Amino acid sequence: MKVPEELKYRETHEWVRIEDGVATVGITDYAQEELGDVVYVELPEVGRAVRGGEAVAVIESVKTASDIYAPLSGEVVAVNEALADHPEKVNEDPYGEGWIFKLRIADPAEVEALLDAEAYRKLVASEG
Amino acid sequence: MPYAPHTEAEVRAMLADLGLERLEELYAHLPADLLDPPIELPEPMNEDALLRHLAEVAARNRPGRVFLGGGVRDHFVPAIVDTVAGRGEFLTAYTPYQPEASQGVLQAIFEYQTMIAELTALDVANASLYDGASALAEGVLLALRATRRMRAMVSRGVHPEYRQVLATYLNAVGADLQEVPLEGDRTPAFAVADDVGAVVVQSPNFLGAIESYAPLAEAAHAAGALLVVVADPLSLAVLRPPGEQGADVAVGEGQPLGNPMSLGGPHFGYIAVREGLLRQLPGRLVSMTEDAEGRRGFVLALSAREQHIRRAKARSNITTNAQNAALRATVHLAALGPEGLKGVALATAAAARRLYQLLLEAGGVRPLTRPPFFAEFALRLPKDPAEVRSLLAEAGYHGAYPIPEYGEGAALFAASERMTEDDLLAFARAFFVAVGG
Amino acid sequence: MGFCFSDRVPLIFERSRPGRRGTPAPARAADPAELFGEANLRERPPALPEVDELTALRHYTNLSRRQVGVDTTFYPLGSCTMKYNPRVLEAAARLFADLHPYQDEASLQGALFLMHELGEYLKALTGMDAITLQPAAGAHGELTGMLVVRAYHADRGELEQRRVVLVPDSAHGSNPATSAMAGFEVREVPSDADGEVDLEALKRELGDHVAAIMLTNPNTLGLFERRILSLTEAAHAAGVQLYYDGANLNAIMGWARPGDMGFDVVHLNLHKTFATPHGGGGPGAGPVAVKAHLAPYLPVPLVEKTPAGYRLDFQRPKSIGRVRSFFGNFGVLVKAYAYIRLLGREGLKRAAALSVLNARYLKELLKRRGYRVPYDGPTMHEFVAQPPEGLRALDVAKALLDEGFHPPTIYFPLIVKEAMMIEPTETEAKETLEAFAEALGRIARRGQEDPDWLHGAPYTTPVRRLDEVRANRRPVLRWRPD
Repeated sequence: MKVPEELKYRETHEWVRIEDGVATVGITDYAQEELGDVVYVELPEVGRAVRGGEAVAVIESVKTASDIYAPLSGEVVAVNEALADHPEKVNEDPYGEGWIFKLRIADPAEVEALLDAEAYRKLVASEG
Repeated sequence: MPYAPHTEAEVRAMLADLGLERLEELYAHLPADLLDPPIELPEPMNEDALLRHLAEVAARNRPGRVFLGGGVRDHFVPAIVDTVAGRGEFLTAYTPYQPEASQGVLQAIFEYQTMIAELTALDVANASLYDGASALAEGVLLALRATRRMRAMVSRGVHPEYRQVLATYLNAVGADLQEVPLEGDRTPAFAVADDVGAVVVQSPNFLGAIESYAPLAEAAHAAGALLVVVADPLSLAVLRPPGEQGADVAVGEGQPLGNPMSLGGPHFGYIAVREGLLRQLPGRLVSMTEDAEGRRGFVLALSAREQHIRRAKARSNITTNAQNAALRATVHLAALGPEGLKGVALATAAAARRLYQLLLEAGGVRPLTRPPFFAEFALRLPKDPAEVRSLLAEAGYHGAYPIPEYGEGAALFAASERMTEDDLLAFARAFFVAVGG
Repeated sequence: MGFCFSDRVPLIFERSRPGRRGTPAPARAADPAELFGEANLRERPPALPEVDELTALRHYTNLSRRQVGVDTTFYPLGSCTMKYNPRVLEAAARLFADLHPYQDEASLQGALFLMHELGEYLKALTGMDAITLQPAAGAHGELTGMLVVRAYHADRGELEQRRVVLVPDSAHGSNPATSAMAGFEVREVPSDADGEVDLEALKRELGDHVAAIMLTNPNTLGLFERRILSLTEAAHAAGVQLYYDGANLNAIMGWARPGDMGFDVVHLNLHKTFATPHGGGGPGAGPVAVKAHLAPYLPVPLVEKTPAGYRLDFQRPKSIGRVRSFFGNFGVLVKAYAYIRLLGREGLKRAAALSVLNARYLKELLKRRGYRVPYDGPTMHEFVAQPPEGLRALDVAKALLDEGFHPPTIYFPLIVKEAMMIEPTETEAKETLEAFAEALGRIARRGQEDPDWLHGAPYTTPVRRLDEVRANRRPVLRWRPD
């Protein structure tokens, strides 16, 4: 189970990479493992304003549908269109090509509330 | 007690295995206040007595040749439809959740989905809904979801009962329903505001008239709305289908394909959409795939749309749909083939046109529907249509359905390929008496 | 299971040959352009298959031989009540096949009598005051029932505040889906350690923001909610309506009535409890019965008995309107009427008791073979089991197919891991239950010795495990003429 050090995490198993006020969001290696083969990702609309903790996307496997939550408040500025034809990227490369959406951060203070890699690892250990 | 195989000895042995003596003990843990309520039901009967009783009940109905419509009509059904649909494997199967043992139903659904897509000239159809009315409600909800809007504009040419069901569904989610009046027997051009998500028209419409709605499709799309068309599936054998006129969603009542009238049910509703709306479809969908050894097979797909997975966020709560009725349609279409179906559609329309001419010869009867129409048409009668219907029934015919929403004296008639020239003449004679007298 | 084996079964379209003609139908000479106008004609004819009648019949007959039904196979799906569908019910429905819903009422007195009588029987069995036969399926009945509740609260000016519907965490997915379609929000209430609704937790959720509670009793674990009277009393004290999902009525019909338990609205599944056939996914029927205070809101029309005969009552100003065209799935209603007439009160009561006896007996057989039953209270017509530790319900289900049985419902209810929800019904013989248990025992033993074998099942069905990931990633939902 990979948990890159440089990323931030939400307790609902999203990861966040922050660069120049823009957060790239995806689901963690642990999450994609639990989900099984991803068959479809329902992406949010570009331009949509989201609140931290709001369900903004849905990720489907054959037998389940899981909500993906915005880790921070902001505006969706990009979505990973490639997932339409290749949803398996979420399984194969969850932290790279399997990214789901990007948002422009509204309130940098919210970043404090995210988990670091260590805290996320502990969370997963306790869940298992 | 019929159907349960247990002998008294077996019941005793099974109870003993559980440490019990009487069946009543299985209910001993229920609150005493609830047990043994007074329930009045008739004494049991055997099969023979039952069928005699039901024959007597059926005799209290009055038979007669049926010249009534509203999307349900008296059409010819080839004998093999009953034969196939009545096979125990199809009749008594559950929903095909275990595909390895359900390839029969799954492949039949796949064939059905294809046939509906072909008839409507759209890309994908689901495995069936309950009826034309609820199919319309689901189709409009789909359009509202896809456009994220909360208003639908619906022509009054759409079946009144479908509009009523639609109103029930839309009211529940707080969406707005605006009705557009007809001009005479057809939908006029109308402006579509940019808060409208669904524009709905029916063709052939409830008065039987064929509408061409390609301009309405353009108006809807220009406003960012989707066009939902209600279409009689038999008419699509010959008439320009929704997919060739810019429709995004097509829905309708499937009864004319292989299902008996049966007082209005059970039948099935169909829904078909263009490709981009696939994931918004409610209900079951069957996909082709392969098994572990490369054999072609079929399986329920995209289940994450449905209630058992998506729960509160499902496209619809629909679970059981109308599979056996849709199977009847599938076999019906295979039995007739495209030429046979076209023949039935043309014969139906020709009979309707002939009936129209005959009935207009009666004194005081004026047309409400103008040609071209398909299987059904409306007339203005010089007398209360309810009375005319009643008199016709006494004479052994069923026709003249009162449709007061469309004006005084308005009545709906239908014909089908089953009506011979003699049938039409006989009905016309009875009609002259009922109307003029 | 006696399947028709063939590695590749053509689609009906693949059997098509240009020029083949099927069953001759009545025809009339007609010119489409003259009838409809050229502009209204199809450009491209629909690509329907051109086959002769024998090819069509043989095709679908052979498809049916790649399918199991109650007629061929034990089918213990939990909460589906896959009991025998008496064949005489089909003959019964045929007697009413030629009626049109728009016929004059005077010419439908037999049909209206039947609907009225059926309504009376169903009210008697459920202990309710009024009924609609219009809904076309259980979920359709659920929606109707919840819309009735909605109209009731709206009429009392309380709809704005009562936005929430409570459902147990063991509830069927249709319950929350229905609540959403009816415009409500759903909140889940936990089950307690015995598998019944946690009454204290439920009471904490009650308040004047709650519109209704949706329950089934027995619940999806097969357990009777013994505190039901306290529960309904507490709910009513808070102005909350009680909805009964009738999917599990088979366990108690004739013995206890939801109306007496305090339910305000009940839906029934005629294609479960009342033996009308499942058809591979319908058509069914989902009548909704209510207490008197909800009667004004029922869909129109209702069937009314008058001294002059039966009539349709459309004059119901507070009705929610229609949920279906015409009267409902009348042909299904005829079958349910016939079933009730065949069994009578004592027959229905005995059917219920034997359904419970069969399930309890089967449960003990499975426990002796290493299957675990986490909620092992006085289960009724169904129970939820788990395979022995380490085995997956999915694999056991697939192995059952090779043994000639249809598997039970799996992975439901969600509160039990590797759930197998088993409902044998009363129409199964003792030896069938024993054979089923033996098969499960064999599967467990061999599965523990040889996990790879178990993961690869089934081996003897017309197709093996299908690639569902592919079907979902790249769905192919129709055949296309190339």
